[in-house]
Amino acid sequence: MLTLKGLTKRYDTGDLALRDVDLQVPAGQVLALIGPSGAGKSTLIRCINRLVEPSAGTVTLDGRELSTLRGSDLRKARRQIGMIFQNYALVERLSVMENVLSGRLAYTGFWRSYFRRFPADDVRQAVHLLERVGLESMLDKRGDALSGGQKQRVGIARALMQNPKLLLVDEPTASLDPKTSRQIMRLICELCREQNLAAIINIHDVALARQFADRVVGLREGAVVYDGAPEGLSPEVLTSIYGEEDWNAAQRVEDDAAGDEAARDVDRALMDGHP
Amino acid sequence: MPLLQINNEPVWRQREPARQRLVWLGWFLGVCLFLFCARIVSDNTIWEFMTDAHIQAASLIGRMVPPDWSITASLLLPLWDTVNIATVGTALGVLISFPLAFLAAANTSPHPSLRAFALTVIVSSRSINALIWAILLVTIVGPGLLAGMVAIALRSIGFLGKLLYEAIEEIDTGPVEAIRATGARPMQELAWGVLPQIMPAFAGITVYRWDINIRESTVLGLVGAGGIGLQMNAAINNLAWGQVATVFVLIFATVILSEWVSARIRHAVI
Repeated sequence: MLTLKGLTKRYDTGDLALRDVDLQVPAGQVLALIGPSGAGKSTLIRCINRLVEPSAGTVTLDGRELSTLRGSDLRKARRQIGMIFQNYALVERLSVMENVLSGRLAYTGFWRSYFRRFPADDVRQAVHLLERVGLESMLDKRGDALSGGQKQRVGIARALMQNPKLLLVDEPTASLDPKTSRQIMRLICELCREQNLAAIINIHDVALARQFADRVVGLREGAVVYDGAPEGLSPEVLTSIYGEEDWNAAQRVEDDAAGDEAARDVDRALMDGHP
Repeated sequence: MPLLQINNEPVWRQREPARQRLVWLGWFLGVCLFLFCARIVSDNTIWEFMTDAHIQAASLIGRMVPPDWSITASLLLPLWDTVNIATVGTALGVLISFPLAFLAAANTSPHPSLRAFALTVIVSSRSINALIWAILLVTIVGPGLLAGMVAIALRSIGFLGKLLYEAIEEIDTGPVEAIRATGARPMQELAWGVLPQIMPAFAGITVYRWDINIRESTVLGLVGAGGIGLQMNAAINNLAWGQVATVFVLIFATVILSEWVSARIRHAVI
């Protein structure tokens, strides 16, 4: 469904952020993009919806070439691609409902959107999505009154308001605690499966990538160095992506942490009376 | 490298010794310049006048007290005019400077040439005092309230425009990027991504300028641009210091009131 061919980005500073990346993502696949900081993960997903202009190569979504689009054609392409951000990128002074409805801006005329006159179908969908992400009671709260996890849920609802075919997710959990991170990843993956959405999720937490993704792509210095199943992330593969490190020890620590996390979840559930 | 070894002890200084001496030299030269200037001022002052300055001041205040309250009623209409000059002037200034600020801000300007144009307008407006604008306008549109309002507006454009475009340039780009990623039009990016972020600054700046404009409009009457300044000027020319004092008291009360109103508005919006 999404095809990247020879995607290359050289910034004005001369840094080569992406080198000749080829990638195909079928509909409904959740793809985790892992790699060290500065490997070009953010650049890659921003080249897809053209928040960053690629220097060379093509991006094709459902047979439509995106890298040459301009003006309203580009905006029509963008509305098929939802995006979720590391720092949530909510408009903090607007209400939760306004933030969610902003996902419909590309479908709404300027004055209608300026006076907040959204069609009933959009309002219905917004309420439905807020229920789905568990924030129906927060409808009138201002963005800056929410916790990190709640903000990210609003960000997810905003992206889904676009009725996208593809979700671009940039480090969705980097600002969240481990428990909330898992809840957010679970929510994103569930929604992708429900709506048969493809997703590219940038993530530097290898354990989360393993746990939630159908497929993992490893990026190092702008080039793909691994493309395969999450189970294939052996210590050798991790070394090829991130460089030398005692991956077995890191793995044990991660497993322990995840184990503690699970145990705490169970404890809390029991205490709340919801086993 | 401000980390030194003195007697085998590590010593850390903010600056390297040579640099530190330069800083001290700079301070020394600054003080010398100040003393030199003070000398020039002193040479150009007739100190004989200063010997009885305290007597003159006491005498002036003596002539102002008690204020001549009998003219209060006749001052209320000019005072109301003064507030109106400030308010309408501020509103006109906002109307013009708001779009100008979006043209002037580097991150929202549609074209570099428009940005240069907007910056030029802002700088020219700021470089001329409201009183000078008023003098020019009285000769153009004649004496009266209109000249005062336009003068206040012209001076406000620069102030509001500059502070507003700086606020626009300081916004968080994340939400704007997010709005753009939904496929929104550029105008929707401004209305949904930029505008909510600058609203507190916009309200604060506008109210602050209105506050300043109340004070500025009290002197516009001196050059015939309407308001209470005309009565003040007349009282000073007649050496009616009791009346001057009444004008002062009324202006003072108005300014206090405007401080209170602007504090309330700022509180409500932010």
